[in-house]
Amino acid sequence: MGVYLLIDVGSTYTKVLAVDLAEEVILGRAQSPTTVETDVTIGLNRALEELAETCRVDLDKVEGKYASSSAAGGLKMAAIGLVPELTLEAARRACLGAGGKVVCAYGFEIDHEVVREIEEARCDIILLCGGTDGGDKKVITHNARMLAHSNVQCPILVAGNRVAADTVREILESHGKKVYKTSNVLPSIDVVEVEPAQALIREIFIAHITHAKGLDKVVEFVGAPIIPTPQATLRAAQLLADGAEGEPGLGSLLVVEVGGATTNIHSVAEQSPVTPQTIIRGLPEGRVKRTVEGDMGIRYNAPTIYEFVGREAFLARLRVLHPPAEEGDFNPDRHISHLSKSVGYVPSSELELNADIVLAESAVSIAVERHAGTVRQEFSVVGEILVQRGKNLLEVENLIGTGGIFRYGLRPERVLRSALFSPEKPWSLKPKNPRLFVDRNYMLYAIGLLAEHFPAQALRIAKRYLTPVSLEDSTDGEVQVGAGRLNYET
Amino acid sequence: MGANVKRRHVNKAVVIGTIGADAHMIGGWVLKKAFEEAGFTVAFLGAVVPQQEFINAAIEIDADAILVSSMYGMGILDCEGMRERCIEAGLDDIILYAGGTVAAPIELEKNWPEIERRFKAMGFDRVFPNTVTAKEVVETLKADLGLD
Repeated sequence: MGVYLLIDVGSTYTKVLAVDLAEEVILGRAQSPTTVETDVTIGLNRALEELAETCRVDLDKVEGKYASSSAAGGLKMAAIGLVPELTLEAARRACLGAGGKVVCAYGFEIDHEVVREIEEARCDIILLCGGTDGGDKKVITHNARMLAHSNVQCPILVAGNRVAADTVREILESHGKKVYKTSNVLPSIDVVEVEPAQALIREIFIAHITHAKGLDKVVEFVGAPIIPTPQATLRAAQLLADGAEGEPGLGSLLVVEVGGATTNIHSVAEQSPVTPQTIIRGLPEGRVKRTVEGDMGIRYNAPTIYEFVGREAFLARLRVLHPPAEEGDFNPDRHISHLSKSVGYVPSSELELNADIVLAESAVSIAVERHAGTVRQEFSVVGEILVQRGKNLLEVENLIGTGGIFRYGLRPERVLRSALFSPEKPWSLKPKNPRLFVDRNYMLYAIGLLAEHFPAQALRIAKRYLTPVSLEDSTDGEVQVGAGRLNYET
Repeated sequence: MGANVKRRHVNKAVVIGTIGADAHMIGGWVLKKAFEEAGFTVAFLGAVVPQQEFINAAIEIDADAILVSSMYGMGILDCEGMRERCIEAGLDDIILYAGGTVAAPIELEKNWPEIERRFKAMGFDRVFPNTVTAKEVVETLKADLGLD
């Protein structure tokens, strides 16, 4: 029959999705609170039981299983580089693209205080970079010495100046640190090469971190290595964009993932200049990019969004979606505080559902603005010139929403609007007119898990179950995307 | 002035770019080729490069010199404060060159000594007019670095 189970041991819920690969259908899904603090299999078994009951999936006929995890803090990484905009930025990208969470990031020479912060952050991996190949050696060597004398126990991945790498390794190993070494994330000033570091991060995750996080039993159960959840989502995004053999992809895309604690943005699109004459500045961007707003989510981190937006603006936006007459004794302060404490909360009233939409919209708006590139006009003696930083997403063909709110939310497609280009901010290169999709089944991680072994089937399932949506369906407000004309359009 | 005799080590690495709001690329590009042929590592930053980006690149590649191109006549304005920023960034002994149409063409013709004086006052080691060849710049820097 070809039943496969796709498991995600998330920070809040352990989810299981069952698919029939022969029929290319989703058989069902179930979830139960994650129990990684005690025994991860308790939550997993509950989810499996529910799956067997509600979806009548015969667990004895399962042919294969794959799993991802973001439990126990996810893959926590420290990024260390030299110049913040150069090797540190490249190091960050390496971490994020491998599915990591950058919990601390430092440029230049680190001191004892920084070392203390790194020790306290309890990272899973430290990525140590600095200097282009043949460039600066002093700083990475100094930083290696500081780490060598620290209490850091986690593996240290060295991906800096090739000329200094052996010395750095020796310094760390002579103090008993576990060291991995790979090629430089920034071999020369205009070349970002994060893939070798990312491949090694995945290996380290499999070799050390699944064990350290109490996920051994999941590995045992599925009989295959676990990957970090964001990496699964990123793989799904890539598969959806680029296609598989015999099955075309959807083309360039942007995936917005709204979680309880974080908001993740994934893009699969070239950096492409807005006009052929545009000058591009900053580090070159890769086709596949992931950014994370680590302090913006609609449950645990709801207060951050609320504070960022402000009480009045929050209420004003809520009133647009929800007539004030029905507010009753709604107290936004209390509601937000409640959300941050009950991470699994599903709203019970229309008002609360709309409050979720406002939170998600705000998070997505900020997160996509930070992910997307910008363009600015400079006036010079030879006339007007355009200077672009980051990725031009104006022509991105698809926009996909995923995360809890797209499953239970009230017309959640409204959240996607805030990921779109706005004539009020023409400098922000957000998508202008993409096709819109919502991941109602919360299946993207599962597609990513299948992508490696069954790309064509996974892709067909994804295309079948992604729900196309249109913003014109929403009753509130009309969409004017693309109506404003950019002054850089000729 | 010119040669910085106290430099501790030579890494044969230079940063090249066109500064300010200047979109000209070709002068810097010709220099890049010449320096690469002479065996230097070159961080070529292209056009419209802010001061800080020159400095950032110089730190990462451990550069011996920053070569600033300016073709649109506003070079003096754009280069102001660059030496101070370098010192702030720990690049106290880096060599700074500027070159191109670094001031209005009429000034270049009539007032070169004054232009040279102003660049030196800003902490630049050398400034070259737009008539200089790439080969001359390479030879000059090699001499300043004490190479062959």
